[in-house]
Amino acid sequence: MTEHLPALQVAIGLTAAPVVMMLGRSGRLAWALTTLTCWATFAVALALFFEVSDGSVITYQMGGWAPPWGIEYVIDAANAWVLVIIGMISAVVMPFARRSVEREISASRIAMFYCAFLLANAGLIGITVTADAFNIFVFFEISALASYALIAMGRDRRALISSFQYLIMGTVGTTFLLIGIGFLYIMTGTLNLGDLAARLPEVADTRTIRAAFGFIAVGISLKLALFPLHLWLPNAYTYAPSMVTVFLSATATKVAIYVLLRFVYSVFGFQFSFVDLSMGWVLMPLALLGILVPSLVAVFQTNVKRLLAYSSVAQVGYMILGISFASTLGLMASVMHLFNHAITKAALFMAIGCLVYRLGGISLTHLAGAGQRMPWTMAAFVTAGLSLIGVPLTAGFVTKWHLIQAALEGGYWPIALLLLGTSLLAALYIWKVVEVAYFQTPDDEHAQVKEAPLSMLIPTWVLAGSTVVFGIYGNFTVNSARAAATALMGGAP
Amino acid sequence: MTDASLILLSLGVPLAGMMLIIACGRWAALRDGVTVATAIAMFTTVLQLLPRVQAGERPRLELFELFPGLGVTFEVEPLGMVFAMLASGLWIITAIYAIGYMRGAKESHHTRFHAFFAIALFSATGIAFAGNMFTLFLFYEVLTLSTYPLVAHKGTAAARAGARTYLGILLGTSVGFLLLATLATWWLAGTLDFTPGGIMAGRVDPGHGSILLVLFLYGIGKAALMPFHRWLPAAMVAPTPVSALLHAVAVVKAGVFTVLKVTIYLFGIDYLQELASSDVMLYVAVFTLLAASLVAMRQDNLKARLAYSTVSQLSYIVTGALLLNQIAALGASMHIVMHAFGKITLFFCAGAIYVATKKTEISDMNGLGRRMPITFTAFFIGALCVIGIPPMGGVWSKWHLIMGAFEGGYGLVVLALMISTLLNIGYLIPPVVRAFLLPPKESDAGGGLREAPLMCVVPIAFTALGCIALFVLAQPLAELLGGMFVSAPPGAAP
Amino acid sequence: MEWLGLYNYWVVVALMMIGFYIVIAQDNLIKKLVGLNIFQTSVFVFFISLAYLEGGTAPIALEGVTQYSNPLPHVLILTAIVVGVALTAMGLALVVRVQEAYGTIEEDEIHQQDDLH
Repeated sequence: MTEHLPALQVAIGLTAAPVVMMLGRSGRLAWALTTLTCWATFAVALALFFEVSDGSVITYQMGGWAPPWGIEYVIDAANAWVLVIIGMISAVVMPFARRSVEREISASRIAMFYCAFLLANAGLIGITVTADAFNIFVFFEISALASYALIAMGRDRRALISSFQYLIMGTVGTTFLLIGIGFLYIMTGTLNLGDLAARLPEVADTRTIRAAFGFIAVGISLKLALFPLHLWLPNAYTYAPSMVTVFLSATATKVAIYVLLRFVYSVFGFQFSFVDLSMGWVLMPLALLGILVPSLVAVFQTNVKRLLAYSSVAQVGYMILGISFASTLGLMASVMHLFNHAITKAALFMAIGCLVYRLGGISLTHLAGAGQRMPWTMAAFVTAGLSLIGVPLTAGFVTKWHLIQAALEGGYWPIALLLLGTSLLAALYIWKVVEVAYFQTPDDEHAQVKEAPLSMLIPTWVLAGSTVVFGIYGNFTVNSARAAATALMGGAP
Repeated sequence: MTDASLILLSLGVPLAGMMLIIACGRWAALRDGVTVATAIAMFTTVLQLLPRVQAGERPRLELFELFPGLGVTFEVEPLGMVFAMLASGLWIITAIYAIGYMRGAKESHHTRFHAFFAIALFSATGIAFAGNMFTLFLFYEVLTLSTYPLVAHKGTAAARAGARTYLGILLGTSVGFLLLATLATWWLAGTLDFTPGGIMAGRVDPGHGSILLVLFLYGIGKAALMPFHRWLPAAMVAPTPVSALLHAVAVVKAGVFTVLKVTIYLFGIDYLQELASSDVMLYVAVFTLLAASLVAMRQDNLKARLAYSTVSQLSYIVTGALLLNQIAALGASMHIVMHAFGKITLFFCAGAIYVATKKTEISDMNGLGRRMPITFTAFFIGALCVIGIPPMGGVWSKWHLIMGAFEGGYGLVVLALMISTLLNIGYLIPPVVRAFLLPPKESDAGGGLREAPLMCVVPIAFTALGCIALFVLAQPLAELLGGMFVSAPPGAAP
Repeated sequence: MEWLGLYNYWVVVALMMIGFYIVIAQDNLIKKLVGLNIFQTSVFVFFISLAYLEGGTAPIALEGVTQYSNPLPHVLILTAIVVGVALTAMGLALVVRVQEAYGTIEEDEIHQQDDLH
């Protein structure tokens, strides 16, 4: 049984999805089955994570077909780490989802909603576990198609147009990826990532491979919302249903970043990406602009969901910045931030979900006095907000610490200073929310609002609390990130 | 009790006190009683550590570790011991004074006020006992944040504007410079532990070290080196007990305490002598010391004058730290205590005058001395202590500072210290002279004016006596502080 | 004129550019989808033509056939076509919903009705 864990990781979700849809009548039952599926997936992810924690690598041949004919799944410290992130977020978000989805999605569609969610989840997991380049494309499209549907289910009609924008840009991105994969295939005759890594050095110095690198990098950058290719993200996150925003913000861009890391470090290799093509010098200015500009934009937002969406773009900038340092420490910081930002941003968006549930909207005017009406929700928001800023003893700080160490290691003193400056920007936009929530009196309409229901509050606090726990006991994330970075640097799966 | 539990208790008592204060918020008398009791409990706890430190021990506590080599740790050494005793001891007096003041001046939100006061003391203790720069930074920020509501206490537009300046400068410098310097130190030296003799020698080249020193000194905005001193006068919008304890003792002293910790335990005096920027920063401190005195001369508002006087006196301590010899460093450490007693007396008097007469401007205080003899006598004693005239404690710290400047061969610094002493006389003595020697204004001639309530006057008398007592107690203080320079304290665990 | 010999790749590039241009330049959502389809199709053609071998036959194991096209890209493109169909369906469904919600499928008119920045 345990040797089939890598396949189960994807199969559980894919199998459950149609079953959930057939339970169309009962939203509650669909929810229960989805929750069980997510927990099972998380359990599998954890099992895999512990299995590779000693530095070993698990390979699994789909249907018994050995590569290069069959598709191979490979689990190492790097993607096991990403699997844990996806698994954990979906496992925590499901209990939260029940009330939130009942409020935001019409009853007849709830089963379909959960079906799409399971597909999106399975797609992301598939991207992570597979070691086949074309398979990555397919799973990208599975998760993307499901995400378009999920986003379009937002209550605001703008969700539709946001979803459409995302569809266009996402498809362009994945098609670019496909072109790049095509180039790689012509030159090497394989799609297996491991074989690619082995054969690429012979042909690396050709225009075709460089073009492949370009197409793949741009394609994935669109998916991970690297500034200035981020335009789809703020709308999509703002108008999607609360639960979808939580899930996508914590996982979708992270998985895309993982794919970028896998290609850049494992497939093309450090020498090709950073020495021959000087990728660091391309990524660094984009990352810096990507941190600075969206942070500034975020300061001026009045819709808090949108504010946090822009902050997500900025956080992607942090992760890309770590990669651009072209050092183990920088890579570690990025990999670490995948996790730290996932729990932080998910906690923030969950708090937003609770606020939407009670207040009906999420612009600053809705929030007046929320600090007194919904003290636990707002406290969770503040806690996770501190982590977003990077205050010591929160998860965000552990990342910032390593990121700045990486900057100093590379001799980029001004960047270190800039990183501290942008933390102040983050403090500014979080403070904006806090000020309204705690120091303004609510209008009559919202004066009678009660605290969010426990089923939503507890998951929110699980994540908000974990930002503190992982901020105090940073050893777990640091060690996991180090193992993942080593695995990525070491070669292809 | 074990070392660890004593340290935990010193930190826990003010926190527990804060919760009790909030819980008792509804019953004013009980709440005020809890405040004083907490202060006393904290002081006695801290005092338990004193004999151990005197014996050369260094009580340690590792709370938790973030990642290898970096954790929240505490280690009590002489300087921190003195700072903790000072802050917690003066809290008792301030708590009593604050109760009198808050009632007398009819301020609102007493519970919030006392609760945040307790958090401020908690963080001051954390700073005092911090075993590495990271822990210190952590509590440094908590102190900034917890004092923000105290500065903004009155809630008026002016108070909020002042508090915003306060928060902006302190957060900006600490995140922009201090955190950067801390991170860079970690990167270059590989550790942040406070170690006698410093951690940088042999690890950080003098070029980087010079930059780090500038970053540290400006990053510690609480030390109010020009041009980052604006927050201190801005914070004077706070109620007087806040100004007294926080802006004469806890906050500003946390700043210069950090400067001393950084120079003695991170850089190390010997290493600093190699740095090009040591002299530059020394003259920045000397400039601040003179310029702030000159500005103080021109202030008519009593609290503003005291604020600028504080800016100037803080630079005495920074100067002492940068003269780079043990005598000067000792003088600087002693000045933390001496100035604290002198300045808190002066602030208490300013508050008492406000409570009794609602007067804030010096030019309105003619003849008040006859109505409020205790207050103004105490003011006189506090002024003498700050200036450094026998028989007040202040004379010893200034003595050591000047001796240190001589030993280092800094003639200009000696001259500056002398001039500054004259300036001190020039701005601190006139209020006393006006109060005692000039005739009162006609509007004040009636019988309505008298001393502030007893709860204000008793603390004033107490701290004023403290100024005199320190003249005698300077020797044991110097002996205790001398332990700072011992690199391997006798009897300490290897 | 060797580069003319690779005319199939020129067709791919031309199709790709046409498709991409339509996606960017058109305001009509349906036309955008059409452009996206052309764009994707160009990639399909690209894959199929790189599988082709001069003088090769269809990859069916027959007696006497030694040269045949590489079957793997064909398989991949079959999958990609399915994905493309799903995407088009998804996109069209969204357009229908947009028409219901806004009464128009012109992007500039939608932006006039709703503030989407």
